Amino acid sequence: MVTRTTPFEEDTPLLDEETTALEEELRRLAGSVPDPELPVLTLQELGVLRAVHVRGAGSVEVELTPTYTGCPAIEAMSSDIERVLHEHGMAEVTVQTVLSPAWTTDDISEEGRRKLREFGIAPPRAQRTAGPVPVPLGPTRTTTQAPEEPEADPVRCPHCGSADTELLSRFSSTACKALRRCLSCREPFDHFKEL
Amino acid sequence: MTVTAGSAAALALGDDALVLSHRLGEWAGKAPVLEEDVALANIALDLLGQARVLLSMAGDEDELAYLREERAFRNLQLVEQPNGDFAHTIARQLYFSTYQRLLYAELAAGDGEFAPLAAKAVKEVAYHQDHAEHWTLRLGDGTAESHERMRRACEALWRYTGEMFQPVEGVDVDWPALQGRWLASVSAVLRRATLDTPEVPRSGAWSAGAGRQGLHTEPFGRMLAEMQHLHRSHPGASW
Repeated sequence: MVTRTTPFEEDTPLLDEETTALEEELRRLAGSVPDPELPVLTLQELGVLRAVHVRGAGSVEVELTPTYTGCPAIEAMSSDIERVLHEHGMAEVTVQTVLSPAWTTDDISEEGRRKLREFGIAPPRAQRTAGPVPVPLGPTRTTTQAPEEPEADPVRCPHCGSADTELLSRFSSTACKALRRCLSCREPFDHFKEL
Repeated sequence: MTVTAGSAAALALGDDALVLSHRLGEWAGKAPVLEEDVALANIALDLLGQARVLLSMAGDEDELAYLREERAFRNLQLVEQPNGDFAHTIARQLYFSTYQRLLYAELAAGDGEFAPLAAKAVKEVAYHQDHAEHWTLRLGDGTAESHERMRRACEALWRYTGEMFQPVEGVDVDWPALQGRWLASVSAVLRRATLDTPEVPRSGAWSAGAGRQGLHTEPFGRMLAEMQHLHRSHPGASW
C-alpha cells in the first residue's frame, strides 16, 4: 500500500471506449467489496473509493481514502480490492491511499445509511458545513443549567425510531462510532458519529 | 542524518502523535471504566494514524519509530509525561488536544505539505478535545477529591505547556497568536471546571521546553525502551 497526501494529477489520456467500460466495470467490482468492520456496507456505499484508473493492459490503479487517519481497516480494504481485481484478470493492482479531500460522513450514500440503520447503527446526520465539529460543553454534575434545547436533528434510535436518546460514550467499538442509549426502548446502540 | 526543514517539521508533529499514542495505549485494559478504556484506545489509534502519515513524510515510519535513540526524538516533553492518575492523563489531553486542534486548523487552512493531513486530523482531534473538556469539567467540578486531583494535575503539567509555542521550522503559523488562543480556550475550560489557571511559569525551568531539541525527561527513556523492545529484539519480524 502506498500513501500519498494529494490526489493524482489528472493527466486525462485519451481513453477509448473499451478502457472506459473496463474502468467502470473494475470500479463496480472494487466498490462492491464489503467494509471489513461494517460488512453490511460496501466500499462504494461508505464513500471511500475515490477512483479507478486503468494504466495499461492488466494494470489498474485504485484510489482509496481512509475514514479515520488511523483506521486499521484500510489495509484489509486494500488487500480485498487487490484480490477481487486479480480474480477479474488484472495482473497488476496498485491501491493508493489518498487523504485529500478528507472523507466525511456525508460521503456515505443514502443506501448506506439505510443499511446502517437496519444493522442497528444510527447513521451519521448530514452536516451543514465541512470542517471541525462543534464542541458544546455539557452540564457538569454539580452545576445546574437550563435544560438543553431539543436538538433540531436528534440522533434517532435505530431500533424503535425514538428521538429520545442519550450519549453514553463519545468513543465506541471503533473510532468512527459513539455509544448511545435509547430512553424509550432502553436499548443501547452505536451511532456512526459525524466527521 | 540530514533532514530538510519539511521533514524536521514532520518529525516534530509525528513524534508528538506517536509518543502520546503510546502513553494513551498504556491505559488499555486498566482505565477506570470500560468506556474510558475504549475512548483512550480510540484516541491513541487516531494519533497513531496521524503519526504514521507524518513519519512517512520524514522517512521510513518503522525505522523512525523503533530505531531512533531518545535524543533523536523531537516530541514535546508534555506528551512523554507518565500517565499518572486519571486526572493527570486528562490534564495532558486537555493541554495537548487544544494545541493540536488549533495548530491543525491553521495548517488545514493553508496550502502547505501538511494541509491534507491536518484537514483530516483536525476533525478527529475535535473529538479528543471534547472528551478532555468534559472530563476536566466533571473532575474539577466534581467531588472534593476529584477537584483536588485535577487541580494538582493541571498545575503539575502547566510548566510543559510553554514549549508548545516555540516555532517549529517548516511549520508556517503565527505562534504567538496560537498561544493566545490556546490560553483563552484552556483558561475558559478551567474556569468552568471551578479550577484556577495555574500560576507556575510555563517556560524557563531548565527541564521543561527542550523536547523539540531532543532533550527529554527521565521517564521518556523508559517509555522508549518498552515501545522499541520487541522491534529491536526481533529485527524484521512480521506475522
